[in-house]
Amino acid sequence: MTATHDNGRRRFNTALAATGAAAALAPFGIARAQGKKLKVGVLLPRSGFEALIGQSCQKGVDLAPAVIKELLGVDIEIMSGDTESNVNTARTRAEQLIHDGAHVLVGAFDSGQTAAIAQVAEQRGVPLVVNIAAAPQITEQGYKFVFRNFPTAPELVKNGLSLIGDLFRATNVAPRSAVFMHVNDTFGQAMTGGIMKTLPHLTFLPFKITDTIGYDPAARDLSVEVSKAKAANADFLLLVCRLNDSIVLRREMVKQRWNPMGVIDPGSPGIYEEQFAKALGKYANFCIDNPPWYNPKTKLTKIVEAAFHKRNPKERFVYHGLNIGYTFEAILIAADAFKRAGSTDPKALADAIRTTDITDRVCLGGPIKFDAKGQVQGNLSACVQILDGIPRVVLPANAAEAKPVFPWPWYKA
Amino acid sequence: MSASLVANVVIAGVLTGLVYGLMALGLSVIFGVVRVVNFAHGEMMTIAMYAAVLLFGAWHLDPILAALPVAALFFAFGYALQKGLVNPFITRPEHSQFILLVAVAIIISNGLLMIFGPDARNVQTRYMLDSWALGPLLFDQSRVFAALVAVGAIAALFAFFRFARTGKAIRACADNYLGAKVVGLNVKHLYALTFGLGAACVAVAGCMMTLLVEVTPSTGPAYTLLAFIIVIVGGLGSMAGALLGGVLIGLSEALAGLFIDPSAKSMFSFALLILVLLFRPQGLLGRKLA
Repeated sequence: MTATHDNGRRRFNTALAATGAAAALAPFGIARAQGKKLKVGVLLPRSGFEALIGQSCQKGVDLAPAVIKELLGVDIEIMSGDTESNVNTARTRAEQLIHDGAHVLVGAFDSGQTAAIAQVAEQRGVPLVVNIAAAPQITEQGYKFVFRNFPTAPELVKNGLSLIGDLFRATNVAPRSAVFMHVNDTFGQAMTGGIMKTLPHLTFLPFKITDTIGYDPAARDLSVEVSKAKAANADFLLLVCRLNDSIVLRREMVKQRWNPMGVIDPGSPGIYEEQFAKALGKYANFCIDNPPWYNPKTKLTKIVEAAFHKRNPKERFVYHGLNIGYTFEAILIAADAFKRAGSTDPKALADAIRTTDITDRVCLGGPIKFDAKGQVQGNLSACVQILDGIPRVVLPANAAEAKPVFPWPWYKA
Repeated sequence: MSASLVANVVIAGVLTGLVYGLMALGLSVIFGVVRVVNFAHGEMMTIAMYAAVLLFGAWHLDPILAALPVAALFFAFGYALQKGLVNPFITRPEHSQFILLVAVAIIISNGLLMIFGPDARNVQTRYMLDSWALGPLLFDQSRVFAALVAVGAIAALFAFFRFARTGKAIRACADNYLGAKVVGLNVKHLYALTFGLGAACVAVAGCMMTLLVEVTPSTGPAYTLLAFIIVIVGGLGSMAGALLGGVLIGLSEALAGLFIDPSAKSMFSFALLILVLLFRPQGLLGRKLA
């Protein structure tokens, strides 16, 4: 009996100690380690033409296990798969990771590759948490094991355009016209379609598009395109671009002495990337992009940023924040579900992911919650402006690091 | 559409076309004499572009000045390539020459990728974003300098082939291979010299291109294709034809972008190519083959 009482007392004391520890670590709901590891198969384009972004996302993967262990007390084993920027390779690597014992998949930045991985995940009944990919159809197929913590392309467009309205209100400027230039590839055309469909409904935006100019993504020279855009005599340039063409285009604007009120991108990559500021120097300043972004002010962002600097002391977090933020959150979602499910069973994990409610976030937006289709709700974009060569959040106000400047200083009415 | 807009687009098209012409000239000179089509042409230009970028990075050497040492190096490289690698293939079937030079092109592309990585690189001269204004007309300084150097290099090459003894000997080889051998010309040496000169042209063009565009390891194939279009339009083997073809392609791309659709610019180069092949297969200034 004594022994039994002692055992009971020890168990009670242990439980009490655990409860105390849990209470002390309450801000992030830190729990005891569960004794099992969650095997996360991460699929990213770490080589091939998307390697630069894939490697950037990988930095979020590298820091995730230690940070998540600290936050949730969950052990994670990362299993890496390189999609080589290729749809077929993405599919094969997903099969391979599942075969090798991955409990959950995360990836894969590119919509085409992600769609292929989603098919495999659904067929094999293994949950996939999409970090970055905007094609709407990924969560429109009726899949039960696919979850996406990233806005769809129409949401991206809507968020980006809404922020343009916020920018005009914040700077008290009301441009009447815009010339729209867009890269003529799949992404550019999808964004253009979204903008043309959404813009007429956003009656709070004061401008009309006077001319639309598409250009070849592989163009060596954009002098003709910029000449045409300049001749449109619009108040500002609305731009959907990629990195290289955004640099060529901005250079050509300077050469042709075209100084509208500014350049605003509703959310495509290019302007906020490191190479843009490096290649253009002072002429990169004041360009604006409205992509999905990380919130520089949250507690979790600061933890992730510190972990990033520890691993990458010579690099700037701001140039990787978007990729790291969404990739880290995807792994966090999987770990959080594992902790709640208490199991690595794929169905139990999928059920737990479906009821996710994470409030401490890296990225902008409300709590991470998925709808019945597996699409996250309420992710937001930020108005990011290059100031002194660095992308800075200028809107929304609660995440802002600086005040927006519009029109830019080169503009003469 | 205003006249100044059209004029500015025409100016940009002609200036870019002159650099295109210089780039294609190297291909045309080599084919005109050695009768070998250099399928590694664009890749050789990419090496020259990287050389200019490196010299600028290391010593802030302007690509216009860098063109001289890079051209000298390329002359030696071209000479050695012809003597050591291409010469044994001159009498072999054309598909052997094709495969040889495509292999060289692939080795160059992958070598550059291994050395420099996939990122785009460029030079940032102090005048790279400047332009001169003449009323409503704008002259991009980088384009003007690049075009002037191209015109200078083309004039020097014309003068060499017209007035220098070696130039005349090379022309003799091109006109009559057997006759040149009979009169005692060292044809192998002259072929290697020609390949060297062609490579030097490519080097100058590459240095000038860095003033206009960024360079990546995958830049080459697009320029090989462009050079082919230009020399076929102008006339394969014709130096004046390469120049004319370059200007025509530059101009047609610019005007097509302005009047039709910017995305259709390169389509017009190919349309021009098809028209020339249909109605004047030897090219605008090319000689009809017997």
